[in-house]
Amino acid sequence: MTTTSLDPTLAARGEADALSKVAIVISKGSLEGIYPGLIMANGARMEGIQANVFFTFFGLDAIRKDRSHRIKVATVGNPGMHIPTLLGALPGMSALATRMMKREMEKLDIPPIPEFIELVAQSGAGLYGCKASVDMFHLTKDDFVPEVREVITVGEFYALAAGGEIIFT
Amino acid sequence: MTPILDGVSVHLDAEGFFEDPAQWTDGMQEEIARENGIEPFTDRHKQVVEFVRRTYLRTGAAPSIRTVGKDSGVSIEELYELFPTGPLKVAAKIGGIPKPRGCI
Repeated sequence: MTTTSLDPTLAARGEADALSKVAIVISKGSLEGIYPGLIMANGARMEGIQANVFFTFFGLDAIRKDRSHRIKVATVGNPGMHIPTLLGALPGMSALATRMMKREMEKLDIPPIPEFIELVAQSGAGLYGCKASVDMFHLTKDDFVPEVREVITVGEFYALAAGGEIIFT
Repeated sequence: MTPILDGVSVHLDAEGFFEDPAQWTDGMQEEIARENGIEPFTDRHKQVVEFVRRTYLRTGAAPSIRTVGKDSGVSIEELYELFPTGPLKVAAKIGGIPKPRGCI
């Protein structure tokens, strides 16, 4: 049977339970600790979901002008690496693991962190620094890339997140 | 689903993506765009859709949003202005290619 309606099942599936808004927290400063949040933020925007990203503690490194381009993979205390601790601690190991991971990501067209931050911001996601962490590290808004909208408190973050889901990474 | 587009019966999957890109014709774009909330369907929209379809036909996969932003001639900001509910997904529907399955 042919029908002229193009998307009848979408209504049937129930758009009521579709996510409309997410707030993503990035709290780690390693490569593998930062990427998941950025992939989720970009993924949300690609689905038309509103997204805000809140960088706290070492996650601030992802938005710092002086650090966002030199984020490393953790090779010590990281069971996910499946290498002995002493091996991971050798000079150059983190740099090697980082190089390898960046190469694999480039093959998948996943951008390096500074470019990814720009992409996420240009896609319309809000980027925010955590005031408590900013104060603790003696930073100011000027230390961050221009895509960062504001430095905000946790209460302000909750206000931004209202009506949506919070994803902590 | 098998709706009729531009006078032709086409096979779409449950979400509205083309199962066979060869069934698509140029003339279907405006109709599909309208069904997906894109009206008017401008030349800028067309530029994005053509880029996405061309890339799929050439490489077997839809481009990433990163690639569209870099190589289609349309910036990321403009992409989201043109397609607020999801540039890649909607452009893929309008361009008659299967659902893009990337995470970027």
